[in-house]
Amino acid sequence: MDLLWQTAVNATYAASYMALIAVGLVMIFGVMGVINFAHGELYMVGAYCVVFLYAQETFPFLLAVAAGLVFVGFVGIVMERTMFRPLRDNPLGGLIASIGFLLILQTLAVFGFGRRMGHVPPSTQGKIEIFGAILTYQRLFVIVAAILLLAALWAFLKRSKFGRALRACAQDAEAASLQGISMNQTARVAMFIGAGLAGVAGALTAPLVSPTPYIGHSIIVTAFIIIIVGGVGSLEGAVIAAVLYAFVHTFVTTFFDGVIANIVGLALMLAVLIVRPTGLFGARERA
Amino acid sequence: MQAAGTGGLVRRTAWRLRLVFLFAMLAALPYLLSYSQQEIAVLLVINVLLVCSYRLLTLTGEWSLGHVVIMGVGAYASALLAKQFGVPVPLSMLLGGCMAAATAALLSFPLFRMKGFYFLIGSFAAGEIIRLIWKRFTDPFGGPKGLKRIDPFPDIEASFLSVDFYEPVNYYFLALAVVSVSLFVLYRIERSRIGLTFHAIHWQDRLAESVGVDTFRYRTLAFVIASFFAGIAGGLYAHYVGAVNPTRFSVDQMVYVLVWAIVGGTATFHGPILGVVVLTVINEIVLRALGLDTARPLIYGAILILSVLYLPNGLESLGPRLQARWRRWRGGPAAAGREPA
Repeated sequence: MDLLWQTAVNATYAASYMALIAVGLVMIFGVMGVINFAHGELYMVGAYCVVFLYAQETFPFLLAVAAGLVFVGFVGIVMERTMFRPLRDNPLGGLIASIGFLLILQTLAVFGFGRRMGHVPPSTQGKIEIFGAILTYQRLFVIVAAILLLAALWAFLKRSKFGRALRACAQDAEAASLQGISMNQTARVAMFIGAGLAGVAGALTAPLVSPTPYIGHSIIVTAFIIIIVGGVGSLEGAVIAAVLYAFVHTFVTTFFDGVIANIVGLALMLAVLIVRPTGLFGARERA
Repeated sequence: MQAAGTGGLVRRTAWRLRLVFLFAMLAALPYLLSYSQQEIAVLLVINVLLVCSYRLLTLTGEWSLGHVVIMGVGAYASALLAKQFGVPVPLSMLLGGCMAAATAALLSFPLFRMKGFYFLIGSFAAGEIIRLIWKRFTDPFGGPKGLKRIDPFPDIEASFLSVDFYEPVNYYFLALAVVSVSLFVLYRIERSRIGLTFHAIHWQDRLAESVGVDTFRYRTLAFVIASFFAGIAGGLYAHYVGAVNPTRFSVDQMVYVLVWAIVGGTATFHGPILGVVVLTVINEIVLRALGLDTARPLIYGAILILSVLYLPNGLESLGPRLQARWRRWRGGPAAAGREPA
């Protein structure tokens, strides 16, 4: 029983950072219609922001995390301007260009930090006990930050004028631009938010995962599974699927092993693709 | 199909002469290379088959991310058959190709319910599952370390002739022979009625369906044929290198196949071959000479982005484009409007 409860707590932590990553990927897809294969590498760059600023230059942890969000957001803007904007009518081209970008980011990380695992000391040593399950502050911090960020994003999208414009672009870009909404500006903001969320997820989890330049691979696999299960265009679906997948993956890892958990996750995705390609929560079909 | 007039005859003779010249060059090539370059030439020939078989699949308009894993199926099957069951190596390679084709036939049931992006992701998932099974089950797949000491291709020992396939030169000729035959078959398939149907499915799948083409069956056929030749490439690889492991067939390797095909251009048969040859030469000769080995992925990534942005039809379109530009530069009125979009 203790093990079950502890696993549930671990799964909650996993769900929170996975949700950040998947929501970012869905934002980018929703507005630009492009699957960003380099999303895992954006997570990696965020993690290395913390390696550099916090572990090497000893800035405060929170500052390093904020820097990770902003820096990776700007990397996203660069991607939008140089690749996704010229390739707007060519979704496959955008996807392939993002694969090229992924290779570039990986190599730059190898140049800057080497191939070995970066070590990040924990920012706090404390932990709390919830009914016998141990939750370190470091993990709690990830959960709280994810909830705050996703709530802020939700408020921005549903309440602000720009958020409405953004959703309009995601629904029908042509109709939105007829209403005077600038597609370029919307795409830029969506890309900043989407990339920034991946970056902040990497920054927050850097002390817990020991980043390597190649960590993006497992991240993008996870993100794909989540957005397919949740429905490729749906933000709410991404969050729910992140929770679902995190619980399945964490429990299978605990009671069997990690490779089996990956196989189960991929099989889950394949099953959803076969039975209901629009995902469990996606209503409309794009792509 | 052509009328056998003198024009057709001249053109065909010119084509045959060019082919003879090409084979003469390919036969002379290994003797101009160093030992390590010969080894690279063997892998290059195998990669040509891999990327050409990939192109057959893309003819139907579907882009798979599992092709390298399918090659791995051929490699693992051939290696295991030779190691565990003592199947003679040339036969085991053929059976490896059949195993890859059978895997593809099985996978086509779930995968061809999807199209476009969903197929891409679905093929990725299916490939990863296969790869993780190799990684997880040490018996018989050898786990993360894979299979080692795979039986080499048997030497030929006759009274007047002895060929040791451990020598890269000899394996180069073996691979060249197998790949040439395979490419010929692939080329004939593309030019046949079946190949034309693949094109029709790519550009007008609804229309093709409405005139009675079973698109599912043709997509499956393309997938199975492409996978068979990928499996043959895998067998050639396994018995040359002597070891296979799950990492060798990971999605990173798939990215290279994608780069070769896209940088070369998939509209013509020779496009992907051009892509893999040019990029391998750049990679092995230029980058190695400059000592830029670690920068390899970065340069590949930049080439990929630049070619998607500025050369969307691949290297194969570069020749006609330059020609058109040159003609325009000379300023003839006949030059107008020849540049492809």
